[in-house]
Amino acid sequence: MTRIKTQYNRRSFIKVSAAAGGGMLIGFSWLNACKPNTPEPGAGVAVPKEWFEINGYIKIGDTGMVTIYSPNPEIGQNVRTSMPMIVAEELDVPWENVVVEQAPLNTGWYQNQFAGGSLSIRLSWNALRMAGATGKRMLMEAAAKEWGIPVSHLSASNGIIKENIGERTVGYGDMASKAVGIEVPKEVELKGVKDFKLIGSSIKNVDGKKIVTGKPLFGLDFHRDGMQLAMIQHPPAFGMTIKDFNEAEIKSMPGVKDAFIIDTSIEEPGGFDEKGFKQLIAIVGDSTWQLMQAKKALKANWETTGELESSDIHVKRLEKALATGEVQESRMDGNPEAAFKKAAKIVERTYSAPFIAHNTLEPMNFFANVTADSAELIGPTQTPEALEGSVAKLLKLPLENVTVNMTRIGGGFGRRLYVHFGVEAAAISKKIGGPVKLIYTREDDMTQGTYRPTYRSIYKAGLDENNNLIAFTVKGAGLPEGPVFPNRFPAGAVENYSAEKIKADTNVTTGAWRAPRSNFTAGAEQAFLDEVAEAAGKDPIDFRLELFDRAIKDPVGEKHEYEAERYAGVLKLVKEKANWGVAKPNVHRGVAAYFCHSTYVAEVFDLSIKNGKPIVEKVWCAVDCGIVVNRDAAKNMIEGGVIDGIGHAMYSQLTFDNGTTHQMNFDKYQLIRHSQAPKEIEVFFVENEIDPTGLGEPGLPPAIGALANALYKATGQRHYHQPFVTEKQLVG
Amino acid sequence: MFFNLFLIKKLLHPYYSSNNFVNSTLSLPYTKIMANFKLKINGKTQQIDVDPNTPMLWVLRDHLKLVGTKYGCGISQCGACTIHLGDNAVRSCQLPISAVGEQNITTIEGLSENGDHPVQKAWLEEDVYQCGYCQAGQIMNATAFLKKNPNPTDEEIEGAMNGNICRCGTYTRIKKAIKTAANSQIV
Repeated sequence: MTRIKTQYNRRSFIKVSAAAGGGMLIGFSWLNACKPNTPEPGAGVAVPKEWFEINGYIKIGDTGMVTIYSPNPEIGQNVRTSMPMIVAEELDVPWENVVVEQAPLNTGWYQNQFAGGSLSIRLSWNALRMAGATGKRMLMEAAAKEWGIPVSHLSASNGIIKENIGERTVGYGDMASKAVGIEVPKEVELKGVKDFKLIGSSIKNVDGKKIVTGKPLFGLDFHRDGMQLAMIQHPPAFGMTIKDFNEAEIKSMPGVKDAFIIDTSIEEPGGFDEKGFKQLIAIVGDSTWQLMQAKKALKANWETTGELESSDIHVKRLEKALATGEVQESRMDGNPEAAFKKAAKIVERTYSAPFIAHNTLEPMNFFANVTADSAELIGPTQTPEALEGSVAKLLKLPLENVTVNMTRIGGGFGRRLYVHFGVEAAAISKKIGGPVKLIYTREDDMTQGTYRPTYRSIYKAGLDENNNLIAFTVKGAGLPEGPVFPNRFPAGAVENYSAEKIKADTNVTTGAWRAPRSNFTAGAEQAFLDEVAEAAGKDPIDFRLELFDRAIKDPVGEKHEYEAERYAGVLKLVKEKANWGVAKPNVHRGVAAYFCHSTYVAEVFDLSIKNGKPIVEKVWCAVDCGIVVNRDAAKNMIEGGVIDGIGHAMYSQLTFDNGTTHQMNFDKYQLIRHSQAPKEIEVFFVENEIDPTGLGEPGLPPAIGALANALYKATGQRHYHQPFVTEKQLVG
Repeated sequence: MFFNLFLIKKLLHPYYSSNNFVNSTLSLPYTKIMANFKLKINGKTQQIDVDPNTPMLWVLRDHLKLVGTKYGCGISQCGACTIHLGDNAVRSCQLPISAVGEQNITTIEGLSENGDHPVQKAWLEEDVYQCGYCQAGQIMNATAFLKKNPNPTDEEIEGAMNGNICRCGTYTRIKKAIKTAANSQIV
């Protein structure tokens, strides 16, 4: 058992009210607007008449039903199930008594209300446990007071408080009203990992039934009576701005209420304000289809204000940057140049990857209702706090006059870290003076920017006459940010090492895309190490384990952003589970391991060739993410990461001509489909008691390396440039 | 009201690798003509006054507030908008209301009374979804497919489902859920 001070996170524990019916916390209940407090089907107890707020995370009803607020945006990483599981574990209530509600943005109660960097669980682990443990303690103190005995004579479990010596028991529901008056404890005890009942089990997605029955969960589904719909049109190329358009004609079209130009530029924009185009044509009307027709009828004059870039220019810029570009970050151990001179073998390879779009299946959208002195925003955002700030800046409103509520999100992958679509909705609502829901077409979504940057890296390795790796260098450039992590593996494992991260310019706007930079570096580095191991005549897993061994016993240099033992641990686990080293007829194997976002993942791909096409027969994954919170859902995240990695490495790219992307929809932009997915994926976890880390991103990066290495075994061809399947092959 | 047989035939094809179809359909000239349609949707008769070119996707979402059917691409490439026209899975983004005629339409909201269709149950059993946005389309496509082919092979499942994109990558679970539903023998 761990004792933990509740003080440092006291902001989360300000008691709000004991009001019946939910009081202040009921900020966002549009889904249940007609039937407030309607529990989810399957709730184990009766619907309470009265609810009592214990703290910002917990509300307990008089029947013992518990509402747990899930503070973070739900983008498919399943935090709406896993976060409440952690609270319920420490509160110690039966899961069937729990209903989950989405909390609104509230920086007074919660911290880190965002979905990004695989950080939700990692950053909230302590706060969520504390919320549950504090609630449990307050309920116990209320019972102790009621019975006139010390709290140490009580224990609580499964929603029931018991006298240790004696017969008396009382349910949480009966104590809820009294717990509200109890002072928030300064210190609480947390459960020992061994005592976890919920954490580590597999709890089904709390929204499953709503998803399979098509309930209105997503931003695009949001409706409020009296709201208008709106669409935008941005310039057709990066490097262009809007001059004017056929406003009168558009306004006269059926179903169109208004059409105008909005400017969403704000002072001192932050990182999440990225977007290719700030001035946009907005069209407001009654129905989506009519707005789509109006968009087609637009005749606009665009002005070229910057360079209209093309893919061949991008390649040249990256090559130039690698030769003479500005180094942003670097590391140097030993003397690689001297080591290469005396090396028996040198391997040098160049890898590249194109711009790609996030392509969340739910296109960007947001609801806004702006009045003279307030703004209400509802929709899918990974960064509600950033949105609140940007809207306040745009409308020149105090922060407290802007409210943001989160819907379920139809895919994130980094796309909805950027807040422009919410800001645009606010600008349109302000102009029309009423509520509006902004909807992007797929084409709007795919052509506006915030792309994964295009990358190019040169890897070089030197082996001595005994096939030991004596030098390793990497130089990587990106438009705009270079794909290099100077202190990651193999830094620390090689005597002579250098890493250089180089930037280059583009006016194509970019952003964080699932596992930023790692989504490229893992594939390049792990494919390169495969080639180096081959040159050394060593098994690719043994070769890596030798390097980790060096990093464990005698690390080179000072800073290392990984724990070599855990890294080696996932490789050993995957080696054992996949029965590595045992040949199977017609099965070609590749391996890769990568560490990013605090989680270690190793993957083995079993690949076969059928009718000339590669088939991924099976993927074996070994994962060290510390304590696993929701086991089957955790597996789902890794499976999705593997499939996403294969898909983007094999098929996806954005290519440019005169500032415009060739790909604007899923006819030309290829995403992985059913028949291209692995036949089977099996996920194994390293069992330990380390605090949990995230799973949204780390499954993806190693998949690209393992795939490339298995493809080589199957075809004899190395793949250096993504997408591995060229456009010609796709069409043919 | 007309029934565009060519269009329907195209709609029934699960996955179009060619762009020809995409670029040629529904670039019909915009018309101000509104018409009254009487449709049978999820067992109920609905009257709608709308431009005859309006795709069923937007009739469902904007006019009838049946938002379980999702917009993903608008060019029949992603399958998020899949509904049933009679017994067939079609892409509602490419189905003008004027092409529906007398045929029954079923959406995810009408697939079962209480979300207990064997395919929905299988989806819950396998805990398939991540973001969940594509799953209504996946389920509608899978139910129509299983009705025609109750004991499919893996390859048949892949072929039938290839027009439905899941951006989160839940394909292996979807396939498992379809097999679970098929094995339940009550589809």
